[in-house]
Amino acid sequence: MILHTVNQSPFNNQSFADCLKFCRKGSSILLIEDGVYAGKKGTEYSALIESNNNINFYALAVDVKARGLTEDLSPAISLISDREFVDLTVTHKSVQSWF
Amino acid sequence: MTSKRILLICRKAPYGNALARETAEIALAAGAFDQELAIAFIGDGVWQLLDQQDSADIQQKNHQKLLSAFELYGISESYAESAALAERNIDHSRLSLAAKPVNQQQLADLFEQADILLTV
Amino acid sequence: MRFSLMILGAPYSSQSVATALRFTQAAIDAGHSFHRVFFYHDGVNSGNALITPPQDENNIPQQWQSLADKHGIDLVVCIASALKRGVLDKKEAERYEQTNHNLNNGFTISGLGQLVDASIESDRLITFGP
Repeated sequence: MILHTVNQSPFNNQSFADCLKFCRKGSSILLIEDGVYAGKKGTEYSALIESNNNINFYALAVDVKARGLTEDLSPAISLISDREFVDLTVTHKSVQSWF
Repeated sequence: MTSKRILLICRKAPYGNALARETAEIALAAGAFDQELAIAFIGDGVWQLLDQQDSADIQQKNHQKLLSAFELYGISESYAESAALAERNIDHSRLSLAAKPVNQQQLADLFEQADILLTV
Repeated sequence: MRFSLMILGAPYSSQSVATALRFTQAAIDAGHSFHRVFFYHDGVNSGNALITPPQDENNIPQQWQSLADKHGIDLVVCIASALKRGVLDKKEAERYEQTNHNLNNGFTISGLGQLVDASIESDRLITFGP
């Protein structure tokens, strides 16, 4: 399975949409940097995240916290540490970066 | 040296940003290694494939010409996202490179088959 | 596990460089090793020794250098990307008759083959987009 990372806001960039198009069920998407805005509760993007329940969604906790979104993230997303980011790259066979 | 399958993913249009050119340069460098190499043009990356490019007046090297060197470097396996071509109303007859049109499912397979994913 | 990274963003313009630095430290803390960090596109600016951040901001070239010194990571800036962005070592400065050179200690200038080699020789290659 592939670990996908997205580092751009879905509100002005295709990266998140493209990532979802090519993401297989069972694989994982990690939102980093401005990519975490996709997880904002009550938006069309968090609705997409919630409806794709066969994909694992993660967000880098430090990026979420920095942007003031900790209390405002979709419950379908797991917050992870840098160390857990490393662990995800190990447990997946390759990493695809969308930017 | 172990043999790995590399998939190079091109998602950027040429000229406006150097990333498209720099991805093609990775392809040429990888061509010199004895590895299995495939290139996929997806999203805005398909703009790279248009023929009739003439960049002389914007003081940039011709991207179409750069892609035409692929064959010389033994890079023959290339793919273009069908939906991206359709969305941009790009007819197959306008493609300068013989990239095989593939759907989302086939692209997802290509992603899975690769040992190394290189995106620029 | 042995990692290599490709860094595309410019330090202080793109957060991605700081993310990559944190990733590198976290991976080392978890017992992993690094084969190479390859700086491409605007990423080559991480090798500019003349970068002078304000005192309350991290010095990114120094952070890379310190990680490389401590953990034997090969830091390579792509020659084609670097020269046109004004990042030169002594040898390239002499070759192109420039009076100054500015490649930070701990970095080397080399070709794209080093990226392909890194992707083949490492267990994981991770791209940090701009």
